[in-house]
Amino acid sequence: MITQLVAEQGLNGLQLGVTLFLMAAGLTLVFGIMDVIHLSHGSFYMVGAYLTATFGARFDSYLVGLALAIPAAALIGMAVEWIAIRKLYQRDHLDQVLATFGLIMFFNEGVRMIWGAQPIFLSPPQMLSGTVELLPGLAYPQFRLAILVTGLAVAAGLALLIQRTRLGMRLRAGASDRAMAGALGVDIDKLFTIVFGLGAGLAALAGGMAGTVLSVQVGMGESILILAFVVVVIGGIGSVKGALVGALLVGLVDTLARTVLPVALRGAFGNAVADGIGASLASSSVYVLMVLVLAWRPKGLYGA
Amino acid sequence: MAPELRPRLILALLLVVALALPPLLGALGQGFYVGFAARVLIMALAALSLDLVMGLGGMVSFGHAAFLGVGAYVVGIGSWHVFDGSPLPFGLPGSENALIVWPLAMVFSGLTALGIGAISLRTSGVHFIMITLAFAQMLFYLAGGLKTYGGDDGITLYNRSELLGLKLSDPQTFYYLCLGILVVALAALLRLRASRFGMVLRGVRDNERRMRALGFPTYRYKLAAFVLSGMVCGLAGALLANASEFASPALMSWQKSGELLVMVVLGGMGSLVGPVLGAVALMALEEGLADLTQHWQVILGPLLLVLALSARRGLWGLLRGRRDHD
Repeated sequence: MITQLVAEQGLNGLQLGVTLFLMAAGLTLVFGIMDVIHLSHGSFYMVGAYLTATFGARFDSYLVGLALAIPAAALIGMAVEWIAIRKLYQRDHLDQVLATFGLIMFFNEGVRMIWGAQPIFLSPPQMLSGTVELLPGLAYPQFRLAILVTGLAVAAGLALLIQRTRLGMRLRAGASDRAMAGALGVDIDKLFTIVFGLGAGLAALAGGMAGTVLSVQVGMGESILILAFVVVVIGGIGSVKGALVGALLVGLVDTLARTVLPVALRGAFGNAVADGIGASLASSSVYVLMVLVLAWRPKGLYGA
Repeated sequence: MAPELRPRLILALLLVVALALPPLLGALGQGFYVGFAARVLIMALAALSLDLVMGLGGMVSFGHAAFLGVGAYVVGIGSWHVFDGSPLPFGLPGSENALIVWPLAMVFSGLTALGIGAISLRTSGVHFIMITLAFAQMLFYLAGGLKTYGGDDGITLYNRSELLGLKLSDPQTFYYLCLGILVVALAALLRLRASRFGMVLRGVRDNERRMRALGFPTYRYKLAAFVLSGMVCGLAGALLANASEFASPALMSWQKSGELLVMVVLGGMGSLVGPVLGAVALMALEEGLADLTQHWQVILGPLLLVLALSARRGLWGLLRGRRDHD
């Protein structure tokens, strides 16, 4: 019974982890390569979820919806980079915070104007709506498993892209020394637009998948954005590998703390008190983790 | 014009406008806005406190709302125990006396700042931003877990604090009190900025290694500034709890911290006057645009973007014109 509960929650934690990774990968690339603090990254997550819902309803297929939403969000991301972010490269981090804070407002209200304030519910495709029996007595939804597998596949693909392709080589060059890469003939402007579009696409994928588990609503981007920033800092800024390890760590710690802490505290206090304290401790667990990691390694796990 | 004349004239003008505002609003039949104006002044005080660490000390705190919340909760909890009749720990009674509760709010937020600062100041740059955010989030969830005091819903105050027989429930009285506190705090911090302490702090911001080489214990200076800032922000929190007659975890949310940050950057960092202007501008824009259309954020968002791109030294930089040698 306990094993199954922990196994199930562990899988849920990994699934939150891969969602966080998709967000954090884009964030860490934009942060590490372009040196831009991009608060409105969560907006692409939200837009991705809404576009998946709209395209999915239009073509009557969730998968087609998701497949169309990703490039659409990537295009929006590139447009945003071209219109606004491009002017922020040489600016103070705080100007970037102010500007991207403005972008969050714009996107949130824009989405509210187009899709309304009511949450939308995305349903996963028919063929993945069943459950799989992973352990005796542990039936796990197929779709959640599919999210997990997709996330890990994208992580592997991203690693290949960064380690084995010419574009990846340029990305790494840009991350380690922007000026030198530019002097050696890398078109930095184009590279940045691509990075930004890539990040937006990954965020949209995360949003489109998470939208089936959570509800699709305005403001969904901000709640995950803060966690994604925590992941980036834990993993080390600019490191995609760090983002993966950090994301899985954060996902597992958050989910398991929510399951285990209230139960564990029931031994020491009464049930009602334990649930209250347990819940607030569990919500803080991720931040405690970050403080501990930074105390141990001030630059994050894989920080340069 | 003499070099220092223009900013002084503008400040004097702003003060006159602030003093004349309640009767003016009353004459226009818009008395409702006096309460809103008081809230603006309180947020200006909080933004001012953030500028002390951010603008002067170069420490970008993304968790300043935590001190706002601590201050508000001290007032809220004091008032709750008066209403409930039950004693606080150590058998202390609840209190609604501003002369007891407000200084306590400053003490508690100062102690919180001491704890957070002592750990966070060992890091710098982006990591400092994130670690202050982390502590604020912990306090946010902690406040949500205080089931006795309303949990996520927070505490409703039954009475505003009592201050020497003043009628704080009267919007005008409360407004002038807030204005007085803000002016005193601004004047005091402007003096502090020009003092030796302020000079050292600005030196640390510009080149910490050099200041250390000159023999200044920079960590202690930064920590002192952080604690002072936390205390002023705690006072703002205590006032805010009185203004809205409510204290809730939402005061400590990261959105609130972000809002304070935006106010400081919008107004002009490091000038101390700027954040006050930034708070006024941001909240007045929100209120004004909200009257125009329910989709005001769609206008305010791009406006902030344009301001970030065009006004490098914020609103105060635009107003005072001259390049600020600080």
